[in-house]
Amino acid sequence: MADAIRRQTVGARLLRGALYAVLILAALFYALPLLIMLITSIKPLSEITAGSLLSLPQNPTLAPWTKAWGEACTGMRCEGVGGYFWNSFAIVIPAVLISTAAGALNGYALTKWRFKGAEIVFALMLFGCFIPFQVVLLPMAQTLGWLGLSSSRAGLVLVHVVFGIAFTTLFFRNFYVGIPDELVSAAKLDGAGFFRIFWRILLPVSAPIIVVSIIWQFTQIWNDFLFGVAFSGHDTQPVTVALNNLVNTSTGVTEYNVNMAAAMIAALPTLVVYVLAGKYFVRGLTAGSVKG
Amino acid sequence: MTHSISPKARRPTASGRLQAWLPRLVLAPSAAVILFFVYGFMLWTFVLSLTSSRMLPSYDFVGFGQYARLMANDRWWVASTNLMIFGALFVAVCLVIGALLAILLDQKIRQEGALRTVYLYPMALSFIVTGVVWKWLLNPQLGIQAMVQGWGFESFRFDWIVDPNMAIYTLVIAAVWQASGFVMALFLAGLRGIDDSIIKAAQLDGASLPRIYWRVVMPCLRPVVFSAVMILAHIAIKSFDLVVALTGGGPGYASDLPATFMYTHAFNRAQIGLGSASAMLMLGGVLAILIPYLYSELRSRRHG
Repeated sequence: MADAIRRQTVGARLLRGALYAVLILAALFYALPLLIMLITSIKPLSEITAGSLLSLPQNPTLAPWTKAWGEACTGMRCEGVGGYFWNSFAIVIPAVLISTAAGALNGYALTKWRFKGAEIVFALMLFGCFIPFQVVLLPMAQTLGWLGLSSSRAGLVLVHVVFGIAFTTLFFRNFYVGIPDELVSAAKLDGAGFFRIFWRILLPVSAPIIVVSIIWQFTQIWNDFLFGVAFSGHDTQPVTVALNNLVNTSTGVTEYNVNMAAAMIAALPTLVVYVLAGKYFVRGLTAGSVKG
Repeated sequence: MTHSISPKARRPTASGRLQAWLPRLVLAPSAAVILFFVYGFMLWTFVLSLTSSRMLPSYDFVGFGQYARLMANDRWWVASTNLMIFGALFVAVCLVIGALLAILLDQKIRQEGALRTVYLYPMALSFIVTGVVWKWLLNPQLGIQAMVQGWGFESFRFDWIVDPNMAIYTLVIAAVWQASGFVMALFLAGLRGIDDSIIKAAQLDGASLPRIYWRVVMPCLRPVVFSAVMILAHIAIKSFDLVVALTGGGPGYASDLPATFMYTHAFNRAQIGLGSASAMLMLGGVLAILIPYLYSELRSRRHG
């Protein structure tokens, strides 16, 4: 390959230039919407109506951000999306931790203590990853009512745990399949029990898959809208629902800068996770699809 | 394992018996939860779809009457047709863009990591955020149309979002923006997994580069294409948030999808029976693509 590059003809060099041009154009396609969102969120409204999408702010201001956070109207209330932002955290954190812990134990029981019917149990659980959630919405609404969890954060935590377990079990099962059985059977011969083996042998090597599971569940639950809109009340909405309400609340002039600031606020946590741990994010995305 | 039978194993102690059952006990809560919340609820929705339920669930059975009403419902047909258009275009465009970008990125590109990060980040966003951003970009008065007209192309028109015949394509644009980078990542992982010697051999035979990619590399990537189609089709059928945030199903109900149809009828229009029937048909659609996939997946696992 090296001498091929050295013997580059003009044509090859042109081709190489075209290659970079296409790649950079593609990067612009993906990057510009986020940049425009950011630029718009710090422009005064007058600059938005007078200027164009790409014109840079002349008098950048953080007023749209503070308004989106604390004052903008989301439906009947005008308290911004700040409270709902914390709601999302209050729902996401317990749901992520519980579903990840359950997935780890399930994956361990399914792979290291194979019993009759384990494969069927796994196949039936896996199916939970694929159903369209519309098919559980109505019974879920009624069941949450019976449990006294309608419109509550606890109810949303329950829903996200229930429908997250299928994914987390899949992650941990596929990971633990690759851990040599000999380690576990040696410990069994030494008389170590179920939880002791999990704690001493499996858990210490599980860091990568725990990160994958937490990141996957975090993005899934943070970005959820369907369950949030169907099962939350006025006080318990996640930020995605509040954002949608904010954008669709029409009180006179549409404040595009405030809309964009609110969208940025809703997007920031998952973007930060992506920037900090992109490798694990990709691994979670591909875990169910590419075998290995 | 040896066959020497220790007295301990012959007569298991209480704690030994507990140990033997522990794995099953640990799995039981999750299995029970999934049995109830997935399978039980599917059955429950099916039962509801056979009733005349409106505001509240009632158990007054009308057979397949709700399905018949659905079949006669114009809005349902618009939603289903939209799903065909949206699904086909979304899957096809994502595959083409994803494969192309992956192949181009695989040419020893400088700053490959940075480019990859930029291509993939939309996948980390909520579809609601994507919808809000693209609604702003597609706004005819202030968005892309206004910008290009401002550059002097006065007759430039890009007002699909307010055009009932074109609104469905705005969903395709936003969804492709969000998911095509992910398809790129799948293809890139696939490309990196291909043995270089196959390509070298083809080069020695004098095959041109495009020909090598089409004839040698692409066939190796068949499983990747398959997985990508599965995931994308699945995203398409479930698409709800994007429609709500970008077009609201409008203008009118021109850009409705089955997922929004179901939600509107079950939760806003007090048509629980009809909504349940539409949910069951969505499940049928998912099963129709899922069962062949699982079947081939299990078969390939058994053979290799």
